[in-house]
Amino acid sequence: MPEDVNKYLPLSKPKIGISGKTGSWRIFAPEINYEKCVKCHICVVVCPEASILLEDDRPKIDYDYCKGCGVCARECPVGAITMRRER
Amino acid sequence: MVTVKDLAKMEDLLLKGNAACAGCPIGVALRTTLKALGRKTIMFVPACCTSVVQGIGPGAAISVPLFNTAFETAASVASGAAAAAEILGKDVTILAWAGDGGTYDIGLQAISGAAERGDNVLYICYNNQMYSNTGIQRSGATPLGAWTTTTWTGKTEHMKDMGMILIAHRVPYVAATSVGYPDDIYEKVKKAKEKKGFRYIDILAPCPPGWRFPSDMTIRLGRLAIETGFWLLYEYEDGELRFNGYTKLVAEGKREFKPVEEFLRLQDRFRHLFEPKRRDDILEEIQRWIKERFEWYLSLAKI
Ligand SMILES: Cc1ncc(C[n+]2csc(CCOP(=O)(O)OP(=O)(O)O)c2C)c(N)n1
Ligand code: SF4
Ligand code: SF4
Ligand code: SF4
Repeated sequence: MPEDVNKYLPLSKPKIGISGKTGSWRIFAPEINYEKCVKCHICVVVCPEASILLEDDRPKIDYDYCKGCGVCARECPVGAITMRRER
Repeated sequence: MVTVKDLAKMEDLLLKGNAACAGCPIGVALRTTLKALGRKTIMFVPACCTSVVQGIGPGAAISVPLFNTAFETAASVASGAAAAAEILGKDVTILAWAGDGGTYDIGLQAISGAAERGDNVLYICYNNQMYSNTGIQRSGATPLGAWTTTTWTGKTEHMKDMGMILIAHRVPYVAATSVGYPDDIYEKVKKAKEKKGFRYIDILAPCPPGWRFPSDMTIRLGRLAIETGFWLLYEYEDGELRFNGYTKLVAEGKREFKPVEEFLRLQDRFRHLFEPKRRDDILEEIQRWIKERFEWYLSLAKI
């Protein structure tokens, strides 16, 4: 395929945030208590938004995109995540 | 078996900041599926919520090549792509990915044709048990008693058994799994990837706006569906049917299914079965159907 194929075909390219900063949808924000966290990584796997990242084995929430669904808080086996009202 | 820690480390090919509702089951199902398949995958997606989640150009929330098909043609377009891949000698997974409306109802004849011809396609249905993209209409996968905008006093028929329809086609692989168990989804998709021919996986996908539950309960309901026997974890492989996970424990007599009410009560699509007047007739029929369906599967299975 020619390099400038995009000029001729209406192809989309992968992009983070195609619907903008979806963190603005949030009403409740998840907060991780790192003293309680046992680094099981369940929250990383069940987040529907793929917005919990691993940093040195620790889960870290990307608040730019987290929609505040609460799945991570519900599934954390040790209750290390709480949902705090943001607005 | 893949562990949670393994899954957490794998690259995400579904990108954040997409158009899915908060708590959307597609997020969990598709993230996990693409972790199992990797980048050498082409997706064929008919009209459904995923075509919205993927977004409108020039950006896309899915990092593998994707082609949008007409509602009824995910399987037939994928069949053509599989033939092309074979002629060109490309080592690529052809993935048809559709909702239950596009699978159980409008796409059924295209699926049956592809299955009968043995086309080299992995077909995955994320099953949220209704047409959600157009605002929650009844489908062949909607269970008895469930409210939708077209069954506003509750559906009067049971759900269709799509897995059994595919098993009757004697394809190499058929499996049912649930968003409640990402590791089970991963294992089944991985296994299906390694096989040739037509393969089918049905992923139960609890949808907060469609099933009317708070967005934090997606995974929990995906598990309760299994623990109550409302949905079964199984795989049909090389002519043999086997159970997995909790369903297997029940089949071996090590556990029992919980009362289905524990699953139904948490969803407002079933609220009219509990108030203002309790509908024991429908609740008992759902419970009876679960028992009968499981016995049917048991009679065919190798435990
Ligand atoms: C032939 C045709 N009929 C109707 C539609 C409108 N339509 C678009 S998406 C959709 C619902 C899809 O439901 P399902 O396959 O269950 O996927 P979900 O929306 O639940 O993800 C419908 C009816 C269409 N696009 N094409
Ligand atoms: S689920 Fe809870 S304990 Fe496990 S990694 Fe996440 S915050 Fe830590
Ligand atoms: S609240 Fe939802 S979107 Fe936000 S990090 Fe938790 S699971 Fe992910
Ligand atoms: S309606 Fe349901 S399946 Fe569709 S995007 Fe929303 S949560 Fe996901």
